[in-house]
Order: sequence, then C-alpha cells, then structure tokens
Amino acid sequence: MGAGAPPAPASSVKALNCPNCGAALTIRAFEHTLSVVCVQCLSVLDAKDPNLQVLQQFQERQRVEPLIPLGTRGKWRGDVYEVIGFQVRTVVALETAYSWEEYLLFNPFKGFRYLTQYDGHWNDVKTLRAVPERVMAGGKEAFRLLGRTFVHFATASAETSFVMGEFPWRIRVGEVIAVSDYVAPPEILSAEVTEGETVWSLGDYVDGGQIWQAFSLPGRPPAVQGVFPNQPSPYKGSLKELWLLYAGLMLALLVLALWSFNLQGREEVFSQHYSFAPGRGESSFVTPTFELKGRPSTAELSIHTDLRSDWAYFNFALINEGTGQAYDFGREVSNYPDEGSPNDSTLIPSVPPGRYYLRVEPEMSASGSRRGGVNYELRVRRDVPAVSFFLLVSLFLLIPPALLSFRALGFEKARWEESDTPPTWAKPPSGDDEE
Amino acid sequence: MSARTANCPNCGAPIQFRWSSAVQTTCEFCHSILVRHDVDLTKVGEVADLPADSSPIQIATEGIYRNKAFQVVGRILYEYEQGGWNEWHIVFSDGASGWLSDAQDEYAVSFQATPPEPLPPADQVERGQKALWNGVRYEVTCLTRARYRGVEGELPFEYWDKADRLFVDLRAADGRFATIDYSHTEPLLFLGEAVEFDDLHLKNARQFEGWS
Repeated sequence: MGAGAPPAPASSVKALNCPNCGAALTIRAFEHTLSVVCVQCLSVLDAKDPNLQVLQQFQERQRVEPLIPLGTRGKWRGDVYEVIGFQVRTVVALETAYSWEEYLLFNPFKGFRYLTQYDGHWNDVKTLRAVPERVMAGGKEAFRLLGRTFVHFATASAETSFVMGEFPWRIRVGEVIAVSDYVAPPEILSAEVTEGETVWSLGDYVDGGQIWQAFSLPGRPPAVQGVFPNQPSPYKGSLKELWLLYAGLMLALLVLALWSFNLQGREEVFSQHYSFAPGRGESSFVTPTFELKGRPSTAELSIHTDLRSDWAYFNFALINEGTGQAYDFGREVSNYPDEGSPNDSTLIPSVPPGRYYLRVEPEMSASGSRRGGVNYELRVRRDVPAVSFFLLVSLFLLIPPALLSFRALGFEKARWEESDTPPTWAKPPSGDDEE
Repeated sequence: MSARTANCPNCGAPIQFRWSSAVQTTCEFCHSILVRHDVDLTKVGEVADLPADSSPIQIATEGIYRNKAFQVVGRILYEYEQGGWNEWHIVFSDGASGWLSDAQDEYAVSFQATPPEPLPPADQVERGQKALWNGVRYEVTCLTRARYRGVEGELPFEYWDKADRLFVDLRAADGRFATIDYSHTEPLLFLGEAVEFDDLHLKNARQFEGWS
C-alpha cells in the first residue's frame, strides 16, 4: 500500500456463499466483520477465514424475524446507518424467559451503535469510552457519569439466544454474559462483564415511531407494553407545571385571605351591655333591631362576660324582622382557673341582608346567682371572613395535582416493580418471600 | 515540516520524508523497513503485506485536533483475538508528534508522556488498579495481549519485528484514557482522550463505495 496513491475505494458488499447451504452471503461492514451468520441456514461463520469456516451450525431455537430487515438504511442521529446484525438475548427469571432484540447499526466512518427493543420499548445504545464512577444513591449501588447518577435496576445473566447477519466480534449462540442495568430516565447505563473487561454502554429511550420514520419501515412499531426501566415518566413535566400552578393559586388565595381578614368590612352593627342574675323574673328578652347590609354574608356574634370560676349559657335566636326567619343557636361561656375563657364568639354564615334583632335567654347555675350573676356585652359584626372557606378552596385546588402525583407514583411503582432491588414503596404486594 | 528526500538503499527508489524527525520509514516500492542513522538509511527488514482493513484513515489523511492541523505519516497495525486496531502516527504543523488510534471506528488521540514515577512491570499490573497522572484519576480497565501485525510510513522510533506484547488500557470518568505500551525495552506511557469522528474534520480520508 503506497503512501502516495490512496487505495481503491473499498467495495461496499462482498459477494460470498455459505459453505453449509450455498446461500448468498453479504458482508456489509467490510473488514470489521469477524462473524457472519447465514440468513438462510443460520450457521455462524468465521468471516476472517478465506473458506468461511462454520463455527456453529444451526440454531436449535425458533427463527426470529427482525422487525428492521438486515440491509435497511436510514438517517439516524444525523448519519446514515445500515442494519447489519440482529441478535436476541434472553434472561430467565423465576422460570420465565424474557427476550429482547438488538439491532446492530453500522456507518463506515462513525462505526457501530445499537437499537434495542423489548415489549415495544426502544433504546438507542452506544458503547462508552469513559468509566462511570461508582457511588451510592439512597442506599443503592449507583454510578455517576457526566453529572448524572444512575441507580442500580437489575443484574441478570443474558444468553445470546438467536443471531443473524454480521458482527465485529466473535459471536456464539448460547454465550452468557452478566448484564447490570442502572437507570436515570430517559437514559440507561449497562455494564456487560466478561472475563477480560467490563464494557459500558449508554442507552437513550426512543419512541418506536421515530425509528419507523428514520428507516422508512412499513406499518407501525409494535405496541408499547408496561413500563420500561428508563422510560421517561409522562407525568414528570406536567406534574411540575401543575404543582407550580397550585403554588401560584395558593399564593393568590393567601393574598385574598389576608386582604379579607384585614380590610374587609367587619362592620360593627350592634353592641350592648347587659347583666343577668338567675331567679329574678323573666330571663329572656329581645334586643333593639340592627341592620345587616349588602349581600348574604357572615354575621359574628361575640359575648364578653365577667365570669370567674363559673359558667353561663345563652340561647340565641337571630330573627329577621321582615321575614321572621330565625337562626337558633346556643353558646356556653365558662371560665375556670384551668380552662375556658370569659369570652366567646360564633359565626352565622350566609345571613341575607335585612333588619334583625336578637332574642336572648341566659341561664346560670344556682351558685352564680349567689355571687350576683353576670355582666356581659353582646356585639354583632357583619362580613367576618370565614377561615373554613379558604381551607375548603385550598383543598379543592389540591385535587388535580394530588391526583396526577398519585398517577406519577403509580408509574414509578410499575417501573421499579421489575427491579432486583425495588424501593419499599414499589415492592410487589405479595408472593415474593425473598427479602 | 521540511520535506527531505533520500534513496532507498535496497531498490534506489526515492524516499520522501513528511516529518523531519522520522526515525523509521518504509519504502513503498520494495517494502523495505528503513531506519535513519544521521543521513544514511539502513534496511532493517521487510514489511509483510498488511491485511486489508476498513479504517477510514490512511497515510496523508489530514485533520484538526484542538485547533491544530495534523497529517497522518505512519501507522502501526495490531491484532488481538477480538479484531485489530491501528495506531496512526500523526504529525502536527508545529512538528509535534502524536497518535490517532482507530479501533472499529472509535477514535482517540494520544501523546507520549513522561510518567512522574516508574511504570509498574508488566507482571504487576491488573484490572481495577488506579493511577493518577497529571491530576487525572485513571483505572486499569483492560489488559490486551496484541500481535504486532505490521508498520507503514514514518515512525518516531524503530519499530519492527515485534512479538506478542502487552497493552494496558486505563480510563477516566470523563473519556480520557491512558495506555501503557510494553513493547519497548522500557514501558511507554501514552495519555489521550476519545474523539468524535466529526470533530477531526478529516480531509483525504478513505472512501467507501456506496457511502459518502
């Protein structure tokens, strides 16, 4: 090979025949290819051997057709890639086999990358050349890479269960490699531990539709089932927005509440001093009328007494002079050294405007009478804001973000249920007596 | 870079040096390996035909690394059980020499470095060992016993007729890497980093039929 004259362009496809069945073989990755698997008879052949020595004959397991046919080209992540190899890898857990597909993509300048598929979930995977740094995250094994923390999800022995096409390494059906997955959605970090070294790869969750478009595939990608370890939560973004909106609304509500407590009317419409001693004639009486204005609103009745180590009970009726509508209620005022208060107040909600008066009927213990009864003041104020109203509104506003949070938690639960080390809140309900 | 010319002591063909500091080169006509002593060239061996490979890089490819232009002037080809890789000898416009490695289209640029303390002997290196060079923490990730497969063009040292040699790969968390090359009398340390193909802005790269 001369230094001056560049070699002739490498031929894109080498035409060869399978030594086992005679079918035509194509080599698409030039001299990178170490193993080629006959698409016809599925023999694994040594691509570096001039006679294409058969390394492994036939595959016992059922033939799997790749969703993206070998030889398909598409523009993916800015470059044209060609699908050159296809393998199925299988993990057995609790006597159930889980299989996923790996499509090997090649570009003669950019090299190799993979698309993986499981239950309709796709990942775009590249091998890493950095070594992630081992850390702990919430008591779990994790790795840090480029500022992101990947939490351990699962470790399993993956067996190569079906192969087709070509590979830049010596591939064998039945080979078992320990694979550990660590997640930071939408990315997944995988470590494949072999005798010689640990190969790290980084996967990025992608929508199957994007792949179908990039590689001009007919039909639709397979339907997505379940939640994949690094699948981004569909709630994450909207959840944040909704909580922010809630925070904004609560702030507005707080301003409104402060405004109403400080500036709202609280107009005093009635105030009068009385005294009462039991056993001195008719105890009930009516007050002069007073006006409650405006829209239907609250009215506050407060009682201030000079009771000491004693109690009094008041039967009240707030009566509308015009309509005769009455609001009946009773209040007990008791004041002892250890408990109680000489004062009391109560809110009567939604009182329509009009002229009103109070009918009052005080009661007291016999002992109270010996001490000369009770002196008290009654006051009525209009438009007193009700705290309960604000509490009710804030609870009502809480419903949408709380519901969405609940669903987001359900999504995370579905994600982590499949993990080797699920957090306590995501553990399957029963049937798992380990740990 | 002053181009110098000489004649092949074996066949008389003109030898043109792209790099004035080259210690070794190959004659592209008779495949002699030539070592330079002062002004004379001595034939020390012959290169076997290099196996076909599919690196997009070739002798005379030009590129840019960290805003400095370089040209590919030589190459060492290695093989191991999982394939092969090229160490392309690159020379920068200011005369500095480095290496552009290509392993299955994964690229890295490295430079020979002087270790602050002696490198461990080959039999005392194992996976997982840590090293600190120039403030970067490296971890031994892989020990590769590779077969020297051949050379081409200009190299900064005499390099031919090698047997199986040990290469120790170390990697850092940010994509930087180090290699200890045990193919010389004293182990050599190379420090470098992974690079993306597009960032090299290669000119005169190899073409592949059906790909542009």
